[in-house]
Amino acid sequence: MANNSIANIFAETQDTSLATPAMNRATIFFLITIVAGLSCGVASFIFGHEAIYNNTREVPWGMLISTYAFWAITSTGLCIYAAISHLFGGTRMAIVSNRMVWMSIVCIMAAFATIGVEIASPHRMIIYNILSPNPTSNIWWMGTLYGLAVGCMIVEFFGIVTGLARIAVILGTAGAIAEVLANSCLGGVFATLPSRPYWYGGQLPIYFLTAAFLSGACATILFNYLAYKIRGKEMSEAVKNGVKSAGKAMLLVLILYAVATFWRLVMYYVGGDELGRIAASALVSGPLSINFWVMEVCVGLLVPLLLIILSRLENIAMMAFAGFLILIGQFVARYDLVAGGLLVPVSLGWDNAPTYLDYVPSVFEFGVIIGSISVVCFGFLIGERVFGKVFEQKEHH
Amino acid sequence: MNIEDLEKESNEGVETLPLAERRNFLKMGLMVTGVFLGGSVLSLTSADTAKGGTADSVIPAEGAYPYTKHYGMIMRQNNCIDCEKCIDACRETNHVPVGHGAWRTTIQERLTTLDGVEKQEFRPILCNHCNRPPCVRVCPTKATYKDPETGIVVMNYSKCIGCKTCMAACPYNARYFSHDKYAIDKCNFCLDTRLSMGEKETACAAACPADVRVFGDIKDSSTEIYQLLHKPDNRIWVLRPECGALPNVFYMNA
Repeated sequence: MANNSIANIFAETQDTSLATPAMNRATIFFLITIVAGLSCGVASFIFGHEAIYNNTREVPWGMLISTYAFWAITSTGLCIYAAISHLFGGTRMAIVSNRMVWMSIVCIMAAFATIGVEIASPHRMIIYNILSPNPTSNIWWMGTLYGLAVGCMIVEFFGIVTGLARIAVILGTAGAIAEVLANSCLGGVFATLPSRPYWYGGQLPIYFLTAAFLSGACATILFNYLAYKIRGKEMSEAVKNGVKSAGKAMLLVLILYAVATFWRLVMYYVGGDELGRIAASALVSGPLSINFWVMEVCVGLLVPLLLIILSRLENIAMMAFAGFLILIGQFVARYDLVAGGLLVPVSLGWDNAPTYLDYVPSVFEFGVIIGSISVVCFGFLIGERVFGKVFEQKEHH
Repeated sequence: MNIEDLEKESNEGVETLPLAERRNFLKMGLMVTGVFLGGSVLSLTSADTAKGGTADSVIPAEGAYPYTKHYGMIMRQNNCIDCEKCIDACRETNHVPVGHGAWRTTIQERLTTLDGVEKQEFRPILCNHCNRPPCVRVCPTKATYKDPETGIVVMNYSKCIGCKTCMAACPYNARYFSHDKYAIDKCNFCLDTRLSMGEKETACAAACPADVRVFGDIKDSSTEIYQLLHKPDNRIWVLRPECGALPNVFYMNA
């Protein structure tokens, strides 16, 4: 009986036009890369985290933490735009909001998959986050709130699929609030550490929220573009308008983000702690300078800005490409933020400590990253295949 | 009027003071109280349990600690000859593994130039058992905490999830990931291996042949560490005071 009703729901939500051999092959390919990628992470539990990952005593965090932050931030952005659309109905982006909710869940799953193999003993986390909570810990709040958010979003999505609009709106709003607070706590994890002057300060939580609005808009455009691309279909005018609205948000927040990045860097050169200035110099002229100038500034900022201007916010393909480039820039920006804070040794001046410590992600770390990207690709394809009809919203909520 | 003449005058007492004068005195008193009260209300540095010294001093305020004993250490830094007996004693006593950056205490070194002559300088470091420990604040599961009896920052390994936030938060690089325990490990002033067995000193302090490390209860005025901390001639400093962690490991030159 229950099986029947679930089968009925899926019969109504699935998009059979995507039941093609090419789609199946792509889905299976990403499933394999998920298994292969995340196996690299699972290996850490067998051989030891310190043997598999290139983190050290001095650089305890690396690319896995930055990738976790990247996916969590993107998830927050998608969730916020979806909630705003659901809540206020009238926005043009409402037409694509169901897809955004799904992709927000998928992105947070990619984040959880990454952090799940980064943390040495996740089983203790599940037990002691509940039995021995520390309310002064940003990590505790971040984990709890992201957990709450994903719970809300899953119920919200259930509400969307089964047509329970009221549940969807209430849970969607609760989920978005939890995501914003979690995102803020994620910024707080770094921002409240005076031992790392590159992170310390009140700007970072707002910076992370700005990044969420940016990444969310980019992801909205990119995934909607891809959704129609894999179907070989033209977007309807309403969907086009929704995506164009996301384009406007992307342009606006890109400028805000650029301003925030500029002032963030300038601050280190006008005074304050020497360790902060040295860390900023890692980006400006040090070991992270190619990452910063080429990937963050050119690929993630200037080229997309040019593309958005050239697209006149009309050419969806061009905007989708701009969004893709910004997401790459954001991915590198998260890495540079994490690495920048840790590459400067706290014992600078002693023990012949180099100005910048050495950290290059291991093959296993890259494997996990590929796994997490595959989670998003797989989630996207499965979502389109199984819930394609739900994503094709005809009118505003 | 000279002082002899003044001494001959009789005390006029307070009975004859005019009312206006009394009011002025009261106003001044209220102003002084208000400034102090306002200052302490607004002050962001006054935490309930954590007290450091004044702004220009790193020496803890007397009688301001909530612990039964309050352990600390002072390093007579220029006595250190880098014999590393402290490191060996710590490894042996606390079963600290070798490799993978594992240590609970170590000695840092650098070259300094004094009057044109190059000189090797050594600095022993370990967990500073801060009064406002960033590691304790950030730990999501209270796996690391201040021991209420001694003020020592200790670990409950079974609660440690290995998120490594405490490692990023520590201003002193005092923590490492222990493969054996599969948790973060750190110096605990030999609380479990020596102090709880009745020993009065940590392994590193006991092993030091140059009398660099002086360990003790900084609340107890009879201890050597107390005497050193409060001797007016001694110039005392702490590492990275700007982090506001209020460390309990102090440094001086003998």
